[in-house]
Amino acid sequence: MIEFSINGRAVRVDVDPDTPLLWVIRDEVGLTGTKFGCGIGMCGACTVHVGGRATRSCITPVSDVAGAEITTIEGLDPAGEHPLQQAWRELKVPQCGYCQSGQIMQAAAFLKDIPNPTDADIDAVMTGNLCRCMTYNRIREAVREAAAAMRGEKTNG
Amino acid sequence: MLKSTLSILAGAGVLALAGFGIYAYHSPYAVEPPSARPAFDPAQVEQGRILAAAGYCATCHTAAGGAPYAGNFPVTTDFGTIYASNITPDPETGIGNWSKAAFRRAMHEGVDREGRHLFPAFPFDHFTKMTDADVDAVYAYLMTAVAPVKEATQAPTIPFPLNQRILQAGWKLLFVDFGRYTDDPTKSAEWNRGAYLVEGVTHCGACHTPRNKVGAEEKSARFAGATIDAWSAPALTAANPSAVPWTAADFTRYLSTGAGVYHGIAAGPMAPVVHAGLRELPASDLTAIGVYLGDVVGAPEADPAASPAVQASLAAGRPDPAWRADEGERLYATACAACHYNAESIVAERPELGINSSTRLDDPSNLIHVILDGVSSAEGTPGVVMPAFRDALSDQQIAAIAAYLRDKRADLAPWTDLETRVAQIRAHQGTH
Repeated sequence: MIEFSINGRAVRVDVDPDTPLLWVIRDEVGLTGTKFGCGIGMCGACTVHVGGRATRSCITPVSDVAGAEITTIEGLDPAGEHPLQQAWRELKVPQCGYCQSGQIMQAAAFLKDIPNPTDADIDAVMTGNLCRCMTYNRIREAVREAAAAMRGEKTNG
Repeated sequence: MLKSTLSILAGAGVLALAGFGIYAYHSPYAVEPPSARPAFDPAQVEQGRILAAAGYCATCHTAAGGAPYAGNFPVTTDFGTIYASNITPDPETGIGNWSKAAFRRAMHEGVDREGRHLFPAFPFDHFTKMTDADVDAVYAYLMTAVAPVKEATQAPTIPFPLNQRILQAGWKLLFVDFGRYTDDPTKSAEWNRGAYLVEGVTHCGACHTPRNKVGAEEKSARFAGATIDAWSAPALTAANPSAVPWTAADFTRYLSTGAGVYHGIAAGPMAPVVHAGLRELPASDLTAIGVYLGDVVGAPEADPAASPAVQASLAAGRPDPAWRADEGERLYATACAACHYNAESIVAERPELGINSSTRLDDPSNLIHVILDGVSSAEGTPGVVMPAFRDALSDQQIAAIAAYLRDKRADLAPWTDLETRVAQIRAHQGTH
């Protein structure tokens, strides 16, 4: 039995300790906003927060997160109004949308650490989050917008 | 004495003016209603269709969205806008009342049926080279195959006094060499055929030769390139800046298909020249045009594929391998930098690996362990994890990341036998 919390809710799961955290989140807990992409930690679609850090859940064994606090896209903001989510909507960032929960979770952790990023910073950190629709320019713009909003600055949006 | 000199001068002036008047004056040709016109030989009509295409007449004689050949296409010049005439066989607004002789005079001399001088936006300075037979064929085509359309042609916006058509006679006197094309006996029949078409019906020089201040082609700068409708009509001479000189075969291919391998495509004003025009010509004519223009360019007929410029361009276009030269750096950017990146200062819980002990130890084991199996919530910072790349990355890939960190980030002497070491640690059944 492995216990941890997810979006503030305590959960106990009875699964093989090697089970990827992503499977548990989707199949056991039933939160499907987090996506399966490559399965080898190279695309970022499965990104969730573990202890506030952006973490690739597809290659994280569930046993490793025992006792940890996990946040998924469903728990990032109760009303879906995180500044990143607002910027994502305003700038119409997604195309097919598959990678976007991972993108947003990655960016959210990133902006906590680096609140005033340069484009180079954004590129360096977001490079591991692939977008098959090539929405990178809009992702970068939305990260900039959200960063400005989170700093309390006025934006063009 | 003075008086008589003045008289002579005045007399000469009057005579010159009278002479000019006689030169400039052209009598109207009689109306020839369509009903009076005999039927044309279908072969002649077909020949006219091909020639009208080769001269892309419809391009300038058709307004955007308008009926074919009904005119009113605006030709913008430095002197004002001239609207192309309606050359459908409508008797009232087109050329339906024109006799064959009237049509020949327009094509060869730039004078309409009523005897008025046409503005040289209409390239009669080229069409004057065409044979009577070819001009007659175009006439047969227009009168037979084109539907009559009643559409009055708008007046040109050229200001006084340039709008006085009598002045066109002087322009012609100065700038136009009237007369049919004559073969150059020193050249081949094919060359002469190409020259006949290029200088005549296809009127290439109308766009590719620069014009002087009064809008005439500069004879000293034939095919030197010019601007047309804010597009550049490149030089057709050795001055053309192509990396690979145009050859006869290049011209023929380009004019037949609208695209060349070594230069580019027919776009902008050139597109209709090819697609609504020259490609209708028989292959032998397109070859002849190629032969002639190839001679104008003056380039040797070499195989373009062997050109050093081609090889240089291909080489320059190959992706710079530098970006992927370091596999470790590339993998790091994808797999690690999401967490292991810091901007201006190190953020707690974003381990900066260049100064991390795992990359600075002489033994790479610790780094390899952590990449393979990650860090659990119970280790390191409580509640924070690092994923395990054991099943995601190969020994070689992990070795590449480790080597990158050691070399580029820690800037220390390289670890040896890294890949072997990764394989050993992967196989190690440890108790931690």
